[in-house]
Amino acid sequence: MTDYSLYELCAVACAEAWRGDGEILASPIGVIPTLGARLAKATFAPDLLLSDGIASLVANTLPLGGSSPDKVVESYIPYRAVFDIVWSGRRHVMMGASQIDRFGNQNIAFIGDPRRPRAQLLGMRGAPGNTINHPTSYFIAGHSARSFVARVDAVSGVGYDRAASLGARGARHHQIRRVISNKGVFDFETPDHSMRLRSVHPGVDVKDVIASTGFSLAIAERVDETRAPTAEELRLLREVIDPTGLGKKELGP
Amino acid sequence: MSDKRMTVDDVVAELRDGMTIGVGGWGSRRKPMHLVRALARSKLKELTLVSYGGPDVGLLCATGKVKKVVCGFVSLDSIPLEPHFRAARQSGAIEVADLDEGMLQWGLYAASLRLPFLPTRAGLGSDVMTLVPELRTVKSPYDDGEELVAMPAITLDVALIHMNRADARGNGQFLGPDLYFDDLFCMAAKRRFMSAERIVPTERLLDEGSIHTLRISRMMVDGVVEAPGGARFTSCEPDYERDEVLQREYAASAASPEAWNTFRAKYLGEAS
Repeated sequence: MTDYSLYELCAVACAEAWRGDGEILASPIGVIPTLGARLAKATFAPDLLLSDGIASLVANTLPLGGSSPDKVVESYIPYRAVFDIVWSGRRHVMMGASQIDRFGNQNIAFIGDPRRPRAQLLGMRGAPGNTINHPTSYFIAGHSARSFVARVDAVSGVGYDRAASLGARGARHHQIRRVISNKGVFDFETPDHSMRLRSVHPGVDVKDVIASTGFSLAIAERVDETRAPTAEELRLLREVIDPTGLGKKELGP
Repeated sequence: MSDKRMTVDDVVAELRDGMTIGVGGWGSRRKPMHLVRALARSKLKELTLVSYGGPDVGLLCATGKVKKVVCGFVSLDSIPLEPHFRAARQSGAIEVADLDEGMLQWGLYAASLRLPFLPTRAGLGSDVMTLVPELRTVKSPYDDGEELVAMPAITLDVALIHMNRADARGNGQFLGPDLYFDDLFCMAAKRRFMSAERIVPTERLLDEGSIHTLRISRMMVDGVVEAPGGARFTSCEPDYERDEVLQREYAASAASPEAWNTFRAKYLGEAS
């Protein structure tokens, strides 16, 4: 068996979220999701479109961080085009979450009272529009009862219960594909669309995941281990996508 | 042919307490900081700011000019959380209408088209709808009957933008990667002021960029201020990148009144 780190396992689990998406815009927010999206495009999802984070869609596989003189630009994607793509549905975003609940409601806006929050966070950003218009996944590096909570302080990204309250028409473009944490992979493939443990990362006990989650988690009858990276995936991550080790810095060791 | 060149003091003289002011750029990118600094030094108060927010919002909060912020976020990009904005909001000093980024665009677009609202799905099911209580939904009058957010027009008293080049008549040019929503800010506003790195003769506007970079026309602008370095410390590519050192100083100055006074004196050019 090949030796690999947690961040490499998580990058592969993030990549898997985009499997089968075809020719759409993959929008990873943050280091580990970005490694995942670039890995997916470089291997099993070559049709994905990826931005350089400024205003270019890039055809080739770029290393993370720093400038890339070999960048092959295939199209132009200023913010206005991103918003249009969001509303057209041809996108799958992977965001972070300061808090997430049992039905996938996500908070990145603030903690506490909205008039005078204890902690102002990012704001709503694009989370409301993203979640109601196209598939969304989440990557949460610190899985604990403080991030996986019974009730979020503000709903930025819309969860399944909120979407259902809009009726079938209002909810028809809403889908939360995956949640990836440092402990496991989760989905909402349950009758009531509540969060389910899909796989645990190697070395993590299911009981530990349950104890670190602030709500009642659905558990599959048989919980698999999260897929290990292949030798080719590790080579791509180490030599091509993240040669300077930003992933390890983000989620070491 | 009218010459719209003016000084930054002429711009401030047109502003009044309580106005709604839209600021172009995005995060810590191509913000009209020369104009924003002049507002920060002025006696203006009780302003409502509409912005894809960056240090424009933070600086005006720190100098006590702001009553309300309408935004989708306030960020310094390389420093994700804007510390001066955070301090103002966490102390309860300002009111915030925290919209989805796309809703903000839609509100400016509605205002620029003189429509009362534009429909969108963005916002449905989220707490934007409860935290911004003036928001309403609308039912499609067609067979689908879908319930949508009726994003109200965000009409601005004044828009402030910064461009790479301009002519004296008010034609503006962006040479960087993204116009952001600067044209919508201008179209949504009653009075529009544009600073530019350099004012050039109209016949030189195509020297540095293609026709596609001429996205601000003189019908969208009432005053032009020549301001080399006018976006600093935010980025203004290709003229200059973000000054990360100065931005870090700005962010660190939120830590104490002493640090803020020192930074304020340096950046605003005031005696502390």
